[in-house]
Amino acid sequence: MSHMPSIGRDDVARLADLARIQLTDEEIDRFAGEFDSIMDAVASVSEVATEDVPATSHPIAMTNVFREDVVETTLTQEQALAGAPEAQDGRFAVPQILGEE
Amino acid sequence: MTDATQHDIIRTSAAAQAAALVAGEISSEELTRAHLDRITAVDDDLNAFLHVNTEEALSTAREVDSRRAAGEELHGLAGVPIAVKDVVVTQGQPTTAGSRILEGWIPPYDATLVSALRTAGLPILGKTNMDEFAMGSSTETSAYGPTRNPWDRDRIPGGSGGGSAAAVGAYEAPLAIGTDTGGSIRQPGAVTGTVGVKPTYGSVSRYGLIAMASSLDQAGPVTRTVEDSALLHELIAGHDPHDSTSLTDPVGAFAAAARSKDVKGLRVGVIEELEGEGFAPEVQARFTESLEQLERAGAEIVRVKCPNFRYALGAYYLIMPSEASSNLAKFDGMRFGLRVVPEDHPTAENVMKATRGAGFGDEVKRRILLGTYALSAGYFDAYYGSAQKVRTLVQRDFAAAFEQVDVLASPTSPTVAFRLGEKVDDPMAMYMNDIATIPANLAGTPGISIPSGLAEDGLPAGIQFLAPARADERLYRVGGALEALLEDSWGGPLLAKAPELMNGAK
Amino acid sequence: MTASTIDLVDYDEAISRFDPVLGIEVHVELGTATKMFDGAPNIFAAEPNTAITPTSLGLPGALPVVNHKAVEFAIKIGLALNCSIAETCRFSRKQYFYPDLTKNFQTSQYDEPIAYEGWVDVELEDGEIIRVEIERAHMEEDAGKNTHVGGSTGRIHGATHSQVDYNRAGVPLVEIVTKPIPNTKGRAPEVAAAYVRTLRDIFRALEISEAKMERGNVRADINVSLRANPEAELGTRTETKNVNSFRSIERTVRYEISRQAGVLDAGQKIIQETRHFHEDTGGTSSGRPKSDAEDYRYFPEPDLVPVAPSREWVEEIRTSLPELPAARRRRLLGDWGFTDLEMRDVINADALDLIESTVAAGASAQSARKWWMGELARVAREQESELHELAVTPAQIAELQGLVDGKKINDKIAKQVLTKVLAGEGDPAAIVEKEGLAVVSDDSVLTGAVDQAIADNPDVVAKIQGGKVQAIGALIGPIMKATRGQADAGRVREIIMEKLGVTG
Ligand SMILES: [Mg+2]
Ligand SMILES: [Zn+2]
Repeated sequence: MSHMPSIGRDDVARLADLARIQLTDEEIDRFAGEFDSIMDAVASVSEVATEDVPATSHPIAMTNVFREDVVETTLTQEQALAGAPEAQDGRFAVPQILGEE
Repeated sequence: MTDATQHDIIRTSAAAQAAALVAGEISSEELTRAHLDRITAVDDDLNAFLHVNTEEALSTAREVDSRRAAGEELHGLAGVPIAVKDVVVTQGQPTTAGSRILEGWIPPYDATLVSALRTAGLPILGKTNMDEFAMGSSTETSAYGPTRNPWDRDRIPGGSGGGSAAAVGAYEAPLAIGTDTGGSIRQPGAVTGTVGVKPTYGSVSRYGLIAMASSLDQAGPVTRTVEDSALLHELIAGHDPHDSTSLTDPVGAFAAAARSKDVKGLRVGVIEELEGEGFAPEVQARFTESLEQLERAGAEIVRVKCPNFRYALGAYYLIMPSEASSNLAKFDGMRFGLRVVPEDHPTAENVMKATRGAGFGDEVKRRILLGTYALSAGYFDAYYGSAQKVRTLVQRDFAAAFEQVDVLASPTSPTVAFRLGEKVDDPMAMYMNDIATIPANLAGTPGISIPSGLAEDGLPAGIQFLAPARADERLYRVGGALEALLEDSWGGPLLAKAPELMNGAK
Repeated sequence: MTASTIDLVDYDEAISRFDPVLGIEVHVELGTATKMFDGAPNIFAAEPNTAITPTSLGLPGALPVVNHKAVEFAIKIGLALNCSIAETCRFSRKQYFYPDLTKNFQTSQYDEPIAYEGWVDVELEDGEIIRVEIERAHMEEDAGKNTHVGGSTGRIHGATHSQVDYNRAGVPLVEIVTKPIPNTKGRAPEVAAAYVRTLRDIFRALEISEAKMERGNVRADINVSLRANPEAELGTRTETKNVNSFRSIERTVRYEISRQAGVLDAGQKIIQETRHFHEDTGGTSSGRPKSDAEDYRYFPEPDLVPVAPSREWVEEIRTSLPELPAARRRRLLGDWGFTDLEMRDVINADALDLIESTVAAGASAQSARKWWMGELARVAREQESELHELAVTPAQIAELQGLVDGKKINDKIAKQVLTKVLAGEGDPAAIVEKEGLAVVSDDSVLTGAVDQAIADNPDVVAKIQGGKVQAIGALIGPIMKATRGQADAGRVREIIMEKLGVTG
């Protein structure tokens, strides 16, 4: 990982697409300009992250945290939809999922 | 109540306010109103609050007063008002996380810690300003304008919890809730001359905290005294079955530890990697003087090495954006919050893109993109995987250090509060603010910041203590003792040296 | 290059030139009381967006906690499929944006499934047994349900917008993934359907799901690829998503084999993609490969901790496993004495449970089989319904057979009684009682009817007395008619013979 490829405009545009964020050309330029130095700064992690070091995903190791299969208080439909940008027939109204070709 | 008593009471500690309530010297309604008045007087300019909750706070206060009058047994902090960082969901009160994308959103449920506050009868004054989604070290990334530092209104109050720290520092609230993912409680504490504690990961439930990085986030107290932090920590800690990472340990006797003021024989380790280069001379000087105070009181000062701490910032800026990129995916304009519909071709995908493009600020976009990159096919092992290994190494450094010492110490923040706008265009410079606070988040260990004195430009600096996971009590013990020693030497609390904020904070 | 320009190759011809390989992913919704990661009720029919908590709606701040029962069910499935159960495993986030996902990631298992490396034997119609190797079984959550509005057909294509109900979001699923299934040749469609049916039966036996295909409790993703011969490398596969009936599974496999053969014959390449099956045409269509579909950016779910089932717990679950369908079938075959062919018909008609319950209620195995595979099967065909949907219980069938065995009624009356039971008129004995349908074997009644018949038919009597004993039927007919079919025909015959002084 010592020589990670540099992050260009196309990469930023692809990441923005993957993350569903509309960016202006100016934003793409700016982020592309910043990301190399940020990633360079973090790349040092590879210096010590050797095979023999186990990963830590949780700071306090725990296993088997379960809940019993018991019904809890639910939201009402009104509460569920209260924050919705648009609702219809007790459901969340969302834009068409496929665009017409 | 005269203006003079009002002036005095809001400047006392939460513990003192609670005592005044118990003694019947003041009602919770009066106390709450005094704080609301203070907010009215100074917050236009400070912008510590995004939402003030006058009616609900007063009605809670009146209810506590009548329960007290009826002779009910109440929680020790019942009737003492509190401010809550806007990243914590509050049923019926707007919660924005400082973001445009959540403008006007009113959660239909309470965070577990908010339920605890309500059950204990603490009037919630309102929601405090913060960096957008807690991403920042200066509260400048808030979509609702920056919060100003009560010590110097041209300076940042730290971040991301600058609103909570400023509110407490400016006597708008005696208590506040913060959250700390990489230092967002401790660093604002240091630059505003207040006290902040990041508890052991899992000590306080994360249920209802709008997540930035799930494995790093932790809520904690923001106060003016160590004892107040201990009292608030005792109130909000405890096992929560709604949070899989919540500890089942009994809550420690934090307030008693804060009051013990005994550091004889306590071994304090100075982390060699967290001093020198990058640390401002006067910040460093106040740190050294604080250690001397402890030594005179019987503590033993030991130098320790934590060689892997220098990789902590890198690991943090991989793990945090990775988890954040995922946690923030739900903000898409479908179920709640902002929806932006583009004119041409408004498919769900395009609406999501437009909404997130318009609803997120720069820093949030930057971190989501970095996290998306770090998790994307082919890079996972090198970035996220390596960062998790560094996490193990940082934990090992802590374990080795805590073989030699009881607590670790460092300056909380490398510098005093910088000027608004000074670092906004330099992400790396901004990220360096968290160099000393981040290791604790990676390792899950608890940390406290207390004022160490005035440093560069007559502005406050902070000293940080770190303890092993689940040993939060030690922080209160050393923090309470050092606070008393320093206040003796200053002739009163450091905040008394802050310039007086006039009406409108002019 | 669209599917419409490709000619389908005749199925048999395709099979003669290509070797199909299957791969099947089955999702089963677990029948827990609550969802996978929160306490919202796991219910099928409810007002939209009412079976949800902040967690299943993915609200900011809400957190998941694993349902203990769901883990137990997943382990049951793993054990029933002869899998190893992981010593430790964890959940990961599978990230993609879609309006039916409340968090825009699905909490699933990625590199550490709870169960792995198993197998299941699948019996085909002719009794041949195929062993299907299981790659893994993992736990995950279901998504919400989109209703597409504005298109002419309610389909996603052409819809102007969609409505989302998140009641199903977070319902616990176990996904079972096979290894490639080779050597099925022309029987690939049958193997695919039989495999899913076998799993369905196992889910029911384990009582971990109602496993109703028609409700989407069980959904299959069908992977098909073709290669030139069984020695060749695996070809590129397509995955047809969410096929949810046995018939549709067969049609999907058949269609994909014909279509892929057509694509290959045209000298083109199979595109690795997801496809959708269309009930109306019996064909599949491309699900439009997405550029980012393959980059799910999986990473371990930081809001959940690892699941490490203790070996004690796993063994406890193993000993509590019920008898599985294959073993049960072998046992019942021995107990009941059916022929292999009879047993297969019973299984194919989904009548095993019904017959077993009927036998348990007191009927003989053969009579139970006769009812369910005969008269009731005919009624079910008429009503276009399944046997278990008929308005009659095994206990009622056993009671009905008991009346026949006790000579209270004869077979003909029994069918009349059954019709009334099916019409909801009550239990068999009560109907016989109420309607006076019991067989008449009282000699005083029968003698009168016999005398009348002898008097009315002198010519028949003459024939009988002249030695043509078989003409006796011509006397019995009117008697049965006079007694509305309730006369005990055997006794009537005896009385006539006594009266006429003939011997049989
Ligand atoms: Mg699949
Ligand atoms: Zn799946």
